[in-house]
Amino acid sequence: MSDPNGVPPDQEPALVHGAISSLSRGQLVVHPRREDYHPVVGALYDDGYRFCADLTGVDYLFHLDRELPAGVARERFEVAVNLLSIDTRQRIRVRVQVPEGDLTLPSLFELYPGTEAMERETYDMFGIVFTGHPDLTRILMPDDWEGHPLRKDFGVGRIPVQFKGAPPAR
Amino acid sequence: MTTSTDTSEGAQELLARDRTGGAEYLREAGAVLRIPHLPEGVDEVPTDDDTMIVNMGPQHPSTHGVLRVMMELEGETVLRSKPVIGYLHTGMEKTGEELTYLQGPTNTTRMDYVSPLFNELVFSLATEKLLEVEIPPRATWIRMLMCELNRMSSQFLWLATNGMDLGAVSMMIYGFREREMILAFFEKVTGLRMNHNYIRPGGVAVDLPEGWRDDVLRILEMVPDRLEEYDKLLTGQPIWQERTQGIGVINAEECLALGVTGPILRSTGLPWDLRRDMPYLYYDQVDFDVIVGTYGDTFDRYAIRMNEIRESVKIVRQILDRMPTGDYRVQDKKVTPPPRHRIDESMEALIHHFKIFTEGFRVPEGEVYVAVESPRGELGCYLVSDGSAKPYRMHIRGPSFVNLQALPHMIRGGLVADAVAVISSIDPIMGEVDR
Repeated sequence: MSDPNGVPPDQEPALVHGAISSLSRGQLVVHPRREDYHPVVGALYDDGYRFCADLTGVDYLFHLDRELPAGVARERFEVAVNLLSIDTRQRIRVRVQVPEGDLTLPSLFELYPGTEAMERETYDMFGIVFTGHPDLTRILMPDDWEGHPLRKDFGVGRIPVQFKGAPPAR
Repeated sequence: MTTSTDTSEGAQELLARDRTGGAEYLREAGAVLRIPHLPEGVDEVPTDDDTMIVNMGPQHPSTHGVLRVMMELEGETVLRSKPVIGYLHTGMEKTGEELTYLQGPTNTTRMDYVSPLFNELVFSLATEKLLEVEIPPRATWIRMLMCELNRMSSQFLWLATNGMDLGAVSMMIYGFREREMILAFFEKVTGLRMNHNYIRPGGVAVDLPEGWRDDVLRILEMVPDRLEEYDKLLTGQPIWQERTQGIGVINAEECLALGVTGPILRSTGLPWDLRRDMPYLYYDQVDFDVIVGTYGDTFDRYAIRMNEIRESVKIVRQILDRMPTGDYRVQDKKVTPPPRHRIDESMEALIHHFKIFTEGFRVPEGEVYVAVESPRGELGCYLVSDGSAKPYRMHIRGPSFVNLQALPHMIRGGLVADAVAVISSIDPIMGEVDR
């Protein structure tokens, strides 16, 4: 089940700071376990990846059998962090599995203050709680919105527009 | 009619005129700041250590859309502030999961509506990376041509609105005038002034029209002269310099920590431009300079955007020289619909055409992150495919969304009037912030 463009299945996948890595269309991806997430990103920060370009979530509810290197447990949610090294001009992606039963992940705010809005967006859209985040509130949806829209079980279609304090219809 | 007490947002209440107290009235009229002694009947005056929370927006001419900024003020000095966003959120990433890869650009192009071609480009590049197809040279050069022209039009629009924000209202008209010339060219090529859906996975929608070279040359001849005019109008002007120099200062470390890219990052002196540092398309084959600033203030950001137009002119001239002949889209039957005339002749072509536009094409399983340098900074696309004809997850990293985080830092300690200049110099496009 390994990536056809990445590490061949017979070859031991390379480790990056103790985490399994793979190649996705030539892009380096690291798959730390959730408890190693913060240490691995911290070690990458020390390696020169001083810039967090992007942080987002994916809900794999309908695509649980996705391609992952051997040894990475499949969970419903995933958080993908794209780091960039300005000095070496390289990118690296950290994909961490977040189980549905315990939707928490340590916040990267201390390392990269720029993840503040991105983690809020991921919380807003997927309901993943980033522990240690200074202000984990909804950012794009209204404060009193119910549900997390980018989850796969959140239906598309018409939803009555919600406004605070709006009078009931008729 | 509802009264103001019906909303929970108490900070936005304004009492009726007959209920406004004396002090309140004077504060409103600005009199307390001007009159050293108090007139009779005024019992309460804000002391120096008073702070107050005010709302800017969501509708304010300088906010370039629907940005609301909550500010804590001490007198006229801004202490804390917080951008409140989401007023324009329309769930475009969710929509993107319901559209095929061929329909995808129609969705992403509406995010950053000032530089729509970049959004189409980043989505197309991500799709092509998943498909692992090679794009013909002409298609790539056309993409570069259109993107550089779009960069110019985007910077012109910024110059226009930034001028208006700072009181140089004639700049508003000039900037829009120049932008209109470029949009007229876009209309000729793509059929639309904005939201083109021109750059698609596999190439571009149509070839450049007859006489496109003359149109581009006309734009290129016009632009440098107009930039000279702007220099006369703004750059050397004492009032303009007063309003922009030393305002909203940020340094390179802060920019990197906050994830800020684009002209704001370059204004601090760090020459980081994805076109040069991590080239995509054929940017490694053209010669241009990365413009950097020194002080990281609003004036530097203005000067950078102005000079980036000049660099774009340089790039477009090289593109004109090097534009090859050939296909404007990849000749891969899986991705590309058949030519129009084949549909009238062949049943198979008709079926093929129908299939591509209804079912779409399947993209192999995988996930990629692709980034391009938009006029506002790093525009990224994280695309996950599950092997079907629609993206499983489509995430756009909007530069404005991330850059906006630097706002509280940049306006802290400045004046309210300068806050407007700083918001403008970040150049947030709310369609991209809220997506």
